[in-house]
Amino acid sequence: MPSSAKKLVNWTPTDIKADMLAKYPPKVARKRASQILVNEALGNETPEISANVRTIPGIITMRGCTYAGCKGVILGPTRDIVNITHGPIGCGFYSWLTRRNQTDASAEGAENFMPYCFSTDMQDQDIIFGGEKKLQAAIQEAYDLFHPKAIAIFATCPVGLIGDDIHAVARKMKAKFGDCNVFAFSCEGYKGVSQSAGHHIANNKIFSEVVGENDAEKPGEFKINLLGEYNIGGDGFEIDRILKKCGITNISTFSGNSTYDQFASAHKADLSAVMCHRSINYVADMLETKFGIPWIKVNFIGAKSTAKSLRKIAEYFGDPGLTARVEEVIAEEMPAVEAVIDDVLPRTKGKTAMLFVGGSRAHHYQDLFAEMGMKTLAAGYEFAHRDDYEGRQVIPGLKVDADSRNIEEIEVKADEQRYAPRKTSEEMAKLEAAGLKFKEYDGLIPDMDHQTLVIDDLNQYEAEKLVEIIKPDVFCAGIKEKFSIQKLGIPMKQLHSYDSGGPYAGFQGAVNFYHEIDRLVNSKVWSYMKAPWQENPELSATYVWE
Amino acid sequence: MLLRHTPKEIKERSALAINPAKTCQPIGAMYAALGIHGCLPHSHGSQGCCAYHRSALTRHYKEPVSAATSSFTEGASVFGGGANLVSAIENIFTVYEPDVIAVHTTCLSETIGDDLPQMTDKAKKSGKVPEGKHVIYANTPSYVGSHVTGFSNMVKGMAKGFAVNTGKKNGRVNIIPGWVEPSDMEEVRRMATLMGLDIILFPDTSGVLNGALTGEYKMFPDGGTPVADLVASGDAIGTLALGEWCSADAARWLDTQCKVPCTVLDMPFGLKATDRFIDTLRKVAGVSVPDTIAFERGQLVDLISDMHQYFHGKKVALVGDSDQVIALTEFLASIDMKPVHIVTGTPGNKFEKRIGEITAEAGYKANVKAGGDMFLLHQWIKNEPVDLIIGNTYCKYIARDEDIPFLRFGFPILDRVGHQYFPIVGYKGGLHMLTKILDLILTRTDRDETEEKFELVY
Repeated sequence: MPSSAKKLVNWTPTDIKADMLAKYPPKVARKRASQILVNEALGNETPEISANVRTIPGIITMRGCTYAGCKGVILGPTRDIVNITHGPIGCGFYSWLTRRNQTDASAEGAENFMPYCFSTDMQDQDIIFGGEKKLQAAIQEAYDLFHPKAIAIFATCPVGLIGDDIHAVARKMKAKFGDCNVFAFSCEGYKGVSQSAGHHIANNKIFSEVVGENDAEKPGEFKINLLGEYNIGGDGFEIDRILKKCGITNISTFSGNSTYDQFASAHKADLSAVMCHRSINYVADMLETKFGIPWIKVNFIGAKSTAKSLRKIAEYFGDPGLTARVEEVIAEEMPAVEAVIDDVLPRTKGKTAMLFVGGSRAHHYQDLFAEMGMKTLAAGYEFAHRDDYEGRQVIPGLKVDADSRNIEEIEVKADEQRYAPRKTSEEMAKLEAAGLKFKEYDGLIPDMDHQTLVIDDLNQYEAEKLVEIIKPDVFCAGIKEKFSIQKLGIPMKQLHSYDSGGPYAGFQGAVNFYHEIDRLVNSKVWSYMKAPWQENPELSATYVWE
Repeated sequence: MLLRHTPKEIKERSALAINPAKTCQPIGAMYAALGIHGCLPHSHGSQGCCAYHRSALTRHYKEPVSAATSSFTEGASVFGGGANLVSAIENIFTVYEPDVIAVHTTCLSETIGDDLPQMTDKAKKSGKVPEGKHVIYANTPSYVGSHVTGFSNMVKGMAKGFAVNTGKKNGRVNIIPGWVEPSDMEEVRRMATLMGLDIILFPDTSGVLNGALTGEYKMFPDGGTPVADLVASGDAIGTLALGEWCSADAARWLDTQCKVPCTVLDMPFGLKATDRFIDTLRKVAGVSVPDTIAFERGQLVDLISDMHQYFHGKKVALVGDSDQVIALTEFLASIDMKPVHIVTGTPGNKFEKRIGEITAEAGYKANVKAGGDMFLLHQWIKNEPVDLIIGNTYCKYIARDEDIPFLRFGFPILDRVGHQYFPIVGYKGGLHMLTKILDLILTRTDRDETEEKFELVY
């Protein structure tokens, strides 16, 4: 009997895991076994999962590369930097407008280079004789055409192999121009094991080349940085709307709807709020070490999580006016959210979801599903590290392997002039005693139910198995996975790009998400797959009036 | 304005490509390989290439696109990707069980000089390729040519990997359709079938990238050129290669290596190119053309005559792949439209020459550039406005800024459907194309005309 024909009740998570591994060659099975976990988390015991390890050649992975993480994810959403891809044309082409990072460039005279794709379009003679001259000429042409405040250079695979010194070219051109910051990223696609290495390379460089460049005071009260929010489908706009309504000043988002000046001014904030732990937790650490800005983990995905995150920020600032305002905003926003929950809940309650996306979203979005009465049966990340699954306490024990060794680490020390602890150690101790946790993230596993499946770097074969055996009501991943899942008759929601939807963050975003999931899991289209003659193939028929 | 930094004044650029009108070779190889039945394309390079290509093809087709990658690490990039490829081949045949793996290279594996024939040979000798299964390959360095030449290289790889000249002709005709949509490949086959021919069409993505929703997922759908047909292509009585850039290399290889005479034609877009296609096919196969095809032709002539006044003199900016743009320029000029700005991203001087000949015959001179980009096209439009833009989805930014009607054409189309279902090749395809053009032109007239001149009947 084919596995798909068995009923779910006969399958334990351990059976499902065994079935997923059964067809693999022994070496592949051993490796995948360590990345597929039946959740046994109890109390303080979080089981160990293997993550941030090499992808297996030939196994159809969901992952992308370091260039995609650096240019596509982190630097892509910043509108006033001219991003030049140094390499053959493909990498620049594929990262051109494909991530749905929205940006508001409506201000008079605002620059917006995001609809453009810039590339050195390397040819074979550049590979043979070196591409530095062409890169230098391309930077000059970009400068002459646009006079931007910054130009960023991104290395693709062959650049590292032929030894182009992109950093030397960047330094030279920066010195030549005087009024344009030029910096380069060694983000060749073969580095690391996933996009994650690219996030790291991007963030480190932005931190060393841009953060702290503008010392001008920023207006407003309760200044924060929002780290790891990329404004997909307008999430950042909704979060900014709520923060503004509360009277909280977001001076810098890394990096949705962002500008060069936001990065340059990030050291003027008094708190860093971290959304996507995976892509940016180290920047939060560096901002604290160098400038004395503490950080907390927030989550604006889910209405309750949004309220909780706002309260955490208010608690940190400890201002009675702010605390009262935050409560007013929550009280104002929640009725609309609750009305929609009341409407959709009868149709969504008890339904099931699977989430395989990103380095944070597979965790955050479980809150939204929970608000709709939906249970997450299996989840995992594409490019996360063990701490994103098990919590930050595992970080000191993580080994640096051959693939991470060459990813640049930067040494950060307290800035002699500008380091200023935002709170005294007594104040920090008091806040911690009251329950506000700094630099803390417990990861995905403890939040998932006992006997659910946690799977790192899920691949196409395993996804198909999961869907065939468990038949969830909705499956969430990316564009590459979308249509193979839907061919099986299961609705698929993209949680990288949101299909064409969003925002899903904040209060209004939660409402959008409830409607979207209601639409998907209750759509009539899934009932149209068989023609009448396929359902009832018998030839004889009677007329209804007989 | 979306493209607010694009100046009207044109300055020569020697190093910086802006808003490219091409992408890289490997995606073309991947698309071609999906047109073999039971084939899994494999990208020999770092995994980002494969992820990007699969994403782009998925967004264009709204269909699953399966392909594997060698997932190079830094170590493999230094020491060579041989071990990665051999283990990938083993894993693919064990887990996914395709009949064929079609390997293409990337800029990474080409730069380090990985030797595909030697590596696939090693995989075969060490027993990683099961009996009756195949590994074919194509070299597709991203720093040469474009997605179009990558397609061509993989099509040639199919001929090299499979075609056998047994010395006994099988009476069939090979048609290499070039980089067109699944719907176009289906239409080529339909026309040949009307002529009573059982052609060998390769590649053939119909039924693969325009599939049905049935509740069942087949990693290898029913469509695609059967391996047996690829083998038999070496015994065909002739090859029609549609498109110099996409299809000619494979056809010429079959000509010299398997003694299958080839004819290279334009893609059959519009009246004249379809006439040449049908006429050549008739002669090569030795059959007569049925009345049904003559009737379809007559319908196209009829539409051109009925609506000629609305096409006449309309200026067009056109961007896309060499073979497609050449054929479409001829089609548009044949109905007295005027493509005045013409760009392809794919390099090749022959393109500019061909376009020059077509527009000279039509009595005007166009701006034309091979190896150009959409930034240049936009600047040309700013200097000489047009009535219609024809190109891929990225043109919508220009169309919106300049408020010009826009017809989606070529690759990629990321924001509309239809290209996978309705052909633009052949007489039927010509009707479809003209209907769309007319709809755009007249919708604009309806929007812009004054109330007193507003028309009910066109």
